[in-house]
Amino acid sequence: MADKVIYAMYDDDDVLKNGAKKLVAKGIKVAEVFSPFPIHGIDPIIGVKQTRLGIMAFIYGLTGTVLATIAIRYMMIADWPMNIGGKPNGSYIENILAFIPVTFEFTVLCSAHGLAITYFLRNQTLPGMPAQNPDPRTTDDKFVMELRLSQNSQFTEEQLHSMLKETGIIELDQKEIK
Amino acid sequence: MHKEAAIREPLILGKKTYHDITVDVCRVVEDRAPKMWYVLFTIACIIGLYGIGCILYLIGTGIGTWGLNKTIGWAWDITNFVWWVGIGHAGTLISAVLLLFKQRWRMAINRSAEAMTIFAVFMAGMFPMIHMGRIWMAYWVFPIPNQFGSLWVNFNSPLLWDVFAISTYLSVSVVFWYIGLIPDFATLRDRVKKPIAKKMYSILSFGWSGRAKHWNRFELVSLVLAGLATPLVFSVHSIVSMDFATSLVPGWHSTIFPPYFVAGAVFSGFAMVQTLLLIMRKAMRLEAYITRQHVGYMNIVIIVTGGIVAVAYATEYFMGWYSGVQYESYTYMSYGSATGRYYWAFWALILCNIAIPGLLWFKKIRTSFVWAWLISIVINIGMWFERFDIIVLCLHHDYLPSSWIMFYPSAIDIGVFLGTIGLFSVFFLLFTRYFPVLALNEVKSIMKVSGEYYKNLPDDHHDEAHGSDNNNSNNH
Repeated sequence: MADKVIYAMYDDDDVLKNGAKKLVAKGIKVAEVFSPFPIHGIDPIIGVKQTRLGIMAFIYGLTGTVLATIAIRYMMIADWPMNIGGKPNGSYIENILAFIPVTFEFTVLCSAHGLAITYFLRNQTLPGMPAQNPDPRTTDDKFVMELRLSQNSQFTEEQLHSMLKETGIIELDQKEIK
Repeated sequence: MHKEAAIREPLILGKKTYHDITVDVCRVVEDRAPKMWYVLFTIACIIGLYGIGCILYLIGTGIGTWGLNKTIGWAWDITNFVWWVGIGHAGTLISAVLLLFKQRWRMAINRSAEAMTIFAVFMAGMFPMIHMGRIWMAYWVFPIPNQFGSLWVNFNSPLLWDVFAISTYLSVSVVFWYIGLIPDFATLRDRVKKPIAKKMYSILSFGWSGRAKHWNRFELVSLVLAGLATPLVFSVHSIVSMDFATSLVPGWHSTIFPPYFVAGAVFSGFAMVQTLLLIMRKAMRLEAYITRQHVGYMNIVIIVTGGIVAVAYATEYFMGWYSGVQYESYTYMSYGSATGRYYWAFWALILCNIAIPGLLWFKKIRTSFVWAWLISIVINIGMWFERFDIIVLCLHHDYLPSSWIMFYPSAIDIGVFLGTIGLFSVFFLLFTRYFPVLALNEVKSIMKVSGEYYKNLPDDHHDEAHGSDNNNSNNH
């Protein structure tokens, strides 16, 4: 479906945030914001939900703990019980103190790497991916707000332009996308 | 927007705009390298290559080429290992622990401190590998199903804990560092003109676009990774200390080792950060970002951790004497060491780790760049001696007086150690040349809160001032 995208550029994060607040109050849907650093407080305004990656990190960590426990129990207790210096390993529970360091390290390993991989996949940021910011200056000192015409069908193009201009933008750009 | 008390001194000096920060950091990458960089790089390469040569000779010939003997089976190899791992603690401490404590001053130094951490852990990891002698069997340390004895690795052993701790620490630090680097690589990608550089930074930046949702995830991932890295950083050096503490050698068999080693690691890590950063800030003209205040804060951390280390030394000395055990009178912290043939190593430790860093209690000295730099070098030397003392001094007088002996390093010992310093410098110099040395996105996010110019503006003038700044900077 053909659609029109409006890019409104700001040179200050607070101006953009206040502008977004006003626009949203008028019923405009802000599709995306591109910024060189995180703008604190923008997410609830434009309707970005808090990420659930934290839950995933916990699940990955738990997986690591379980895997490490099973592996250590199998290797040290079940498969080949070791008797070092006349001190046999006995049961897992009797030996658990000596197994804590590796279990902990493996938990952190799984949690951190699982989290990082999920983060890259969810963001679709991987080596060689093309950049999608509308203007190269958005990684420097400019902030761009993206509106889509199809998501704001109750307004005309001109109405959107004039409302954007009231919010202190420095540049306005428009593009057709397929 | 967060507010900061007016009484707090600004962290970013001068009238900087977002664009100025970008330019100040990217300039180093975009400009031609200064002559001095090439000189240092060449020297570092030569030393590093000499070190690699020594390592290859060592691997080809065997560890008999080191100065080890029957009594002293661990010496410079493990000394250097612990020294490098210790240095490798500051970066994660600065970026993870200070992130959890919301210390904004970390932002100007965390990127380079973390780079230093990663390179230091590389160097550290090399020593256990080469001291195995037969490095081609290094994979035996991993628990893999095998036919070479059908034994599993021993999960009761601190040496195996070390394998897991160091490899986890290295890989998690790299991930933490790289995730922070991606948005800054994107800044470079959007600025550089040369096609090859553009292609490289485009690959390195993973197609980062700075979407609101991505930043939302970015902040959470940074926080969670910091939360994971904080216990990790403490566990790593605790485990390194257990290599000694769980043995039965007098002087090593000590319950205070884990906290004492962690404090020592932070102590030496912050010293190394200062050794490198105080030069870097001058060479790269980053004076507005790495300020006297940063140095003061880092030195306070050094005073605290150095204090912990000093108390640990005193405890070791006292407990050794108080125990009345004769073998304890030859450990690294004992009357026997202070007056024995290794008296110089003992006193070097006291001088470099307690006496000279004590000067940092004076505010004039700890906020002076020259003094801070000189003292940081002394601490680096002192912490090397600490590990040398713990390892060699505790071993050289064992239970049998007939096997008491001195340790003399061979040329290969010295060459390998110097070589790691050379390789470390090669990596660090490459980092300063091709990577954004400041966490751009983080420094920008604190500019309005902690920038000197913005802090001193009346409340209703913030937007106005920024607008006019940008009109000026657009002309760049």
